[in-house]
Amino acid sequence: MTYDITIDGKQYRLELSRADGRWSCRLEGREVEVDAVLARPDVLSLRIGNRAYEVKCERVASDLHLWVGSERFAVEVRDPRSFRGRARIVDDHGPRKLIAPMPGKVVRMLASQGSEVEAGAGVLVVEAMKMQNEIKSPKKGTIQRILVSEGVAVNAGDVLAIVE
Amino acid sequence: MFKKILIANRGEIAVRVIRACHEMGIAAVAVYSDVDRASLHVRKADEAYPIGAPPASESYLNIAKILDVAKRSGAEAIHPGYGFLSENAKFARACAEARIKFIGPTAQAMNAMGSKTQARQAVERAGLPIVPGTARGLESFEQAEQVAARIGYPVMLKAAAGGGGKGMRLVHGPQDLKSALEGARSEAERSFGDSEVYIEKAIVNPRHIEMQILADEHGNTAYLGERECSLQRRHQKVVEEAPSPVVDPDMRRRMGEVAVRVAQAAGYTNAGTVEFLVDQQKNFYFLEMNTRLQVEHPVTELVTGLDLVHLQIRIAAGERLPFAQNDVNIRGHAIECRIYAEDPDNNYFPSPGRITLLLAPSGPGIRRDSGMYEGWTVPMEYDPLLAKLIGYGTDREQAISRLTRALSEYFVGGIKTNISLFRRVLRHPDFRAAKLDTGFLDRLLKEKRDERSDFRSDPNAGEVAVIAAGMFAALGAAAAGAGERALLNGSPGGNSKAASNWKSAAHREALR
Repeated sequence: MTYDITIDGKQYRLELSRADGRWSCRLEGREVEVDAVLARPDVLSLRIGNRAYEVKCERVASDLHLWVGSERFAVEVRDPRSFRGRARIVDDHGPRKLIAPMPGKVVRMLASQGSEVEAGAGVLVVEAMKMQNEIKSPKKGTIQRILVSEGVAVNAGDVLAIVE
Repeated sequence: MFKKILIANRGEIAVRVIRACHEMGIAAVAVYSDVDRASLHVRKADEAYPIGAPPASESYLNIAKILDVAKRSGAEAIHPGYGFLSENAKFARACAEARIKFIGPTAQAMNAMGSKTQARQAVERAGLPIVPGTARGLESFEQAEQVAARIGYPVMLKAAAGGGGKGMRLVHGPQDLKSALEGARSEAERSFGDSEVYIEKAIVNPRHIEMQILADEHGNTAYLGERECSLQRRHQKVVEEAPSPVVDPDMRRRMGEVAVRVAQAAGYTNAGTVEFLVDQQKNFYFLEMNTRLQVEHPVTELVTGLDLVHLQIRIAAGERLPFAQNDVNIRGHAIECRIYAEDPDNNYFPSPGRITLLLAPSGPGIRRDSGMYEGWTVPMEYDPLLAKLIGYGTDREQAISRLTRALSEYFVGGIKTNISLFRRVLRHPDFRAAKLDTGFLDRLLKEKRDERSDFRSDPNAGEVAVIAAGMFAALGAAAAGAGERALLNGSPGGNSKAASNWKSAAHREALR
């Protein structure tokens, strides 16, 4: 299997195969000797050379994070052969949704439909539990749609806007 | 001894009290609101009764419902935990009238200490040191002006009826006093239904040091050592430790004796805590008394070897304190971190949701009092305290290293927690040097922060992540846990439905 993986803005090509429970791995054309055991769902115990690593996988909404020890990485994985990146992993090159993290009320719009935003830029503000929560764009792009307006009440999980 | 106790609370403290009951051979009765049905405390109890809709006022604060459950279950006593009804004199009185023992002080003692102005008056009458200021509510702006001029700025305006930072205003100079007083009064009215405000000298960068006391119903009162709680954010404690790095045995004895006299002045019984502010010259002043068991009680338990909840139950059952003051020894050092479901990258905004993966630390010197479990959805209706992680060692340095190690092992996936904050705190040179005061956390949070330097960074970590990402993808559904299951079933990670829970549980079984 071949994957295009993006971490910290850098893209890597990874080739993986498995035979008799043993992995073969080629990272950017370089052979890497890896021994891997799935300790439990979402937890991999990796040995590379004699270094040991515990890697945890965390998927929340459409975000994928990997934790190597205590270090966190935002990861995007694409299977270049599959259509529309439809594998179980998220394709960040498509539209991303901004989701309300909890019930509240939209109190302020910080950007409008059609505006360009950077990753992490505030798009709107939701107020809940007497605190204001800035909802940020997960990626750099254009705000394709805004589905709410000032004063609208939202529930957790509601789609607030779409950035592409 | 009681045969059955009702725990009028939820979360980690309910679990902790249920454990004490079981250790003492007492049946534990839990109560739960609709959103707490799957909570850990319900699973650990012997009996569990639903008490209605999630809002606390309709459930955990509903005196009639709680007493009704007590009667129906045959519970002989009620442990109120902390928060909720634990300092509610009306509830304590209602329990007494229903002939159900309230595990805590009497309504009278609560009232004596519950109003901060009344508490200050009682302590002043007893000739004990209080923070300079008024012991009665301010009657007019003119009076406030006069007192402030007398004690000197900066001054602190405070609500008599409650805490948590509400109704509090720090005033730096006379020009700000009028608006501060108006603001404090209206906030106090909104938060506590009581606009009474008093005034204290604002001590610059004080240490917040509190003394645990325990009193039986036969006139014996003892102090069990102090806790340093200076690491606070918005007047909420975040890290606590025992003993205080600046308190020597002589100061402990002097503070302890003052705390005991305060408790006696209030006619106090059961567990309580007397809070002091300590200035840079190590002068200590009575601040207030908390008439309940506190969140941070574990650090005291670890350094004294005493189980406070066992003792609370015994005292309520009429037993005498099983030790004398001389028997209380402080040994070793304990530090506690409060793990909250909060987003450190978003001003610590509450971050409820489903815990998709939980790897919890243990090992030498580690105590974990937790209300969470993997697969649990953290409700948004309550204080988002998930767990307390405590490190204990022979000295402060060892406690720090054990706690640091345990924090690096702690992984809570699916929600945001403040675990990363503690790594920063424990690494900070001022923390390690025990240079603590109530301004510490605000200063740390303002410091510029390199995301990657929160932990020991491995230069190969990025490549390891790439390889692991590919492997998780290659293993596909077989490697996926609760979060992925939810994603596959089309529901967002934070709100998985019961069906997803069953499916992932079944899947895990298949993987064994």
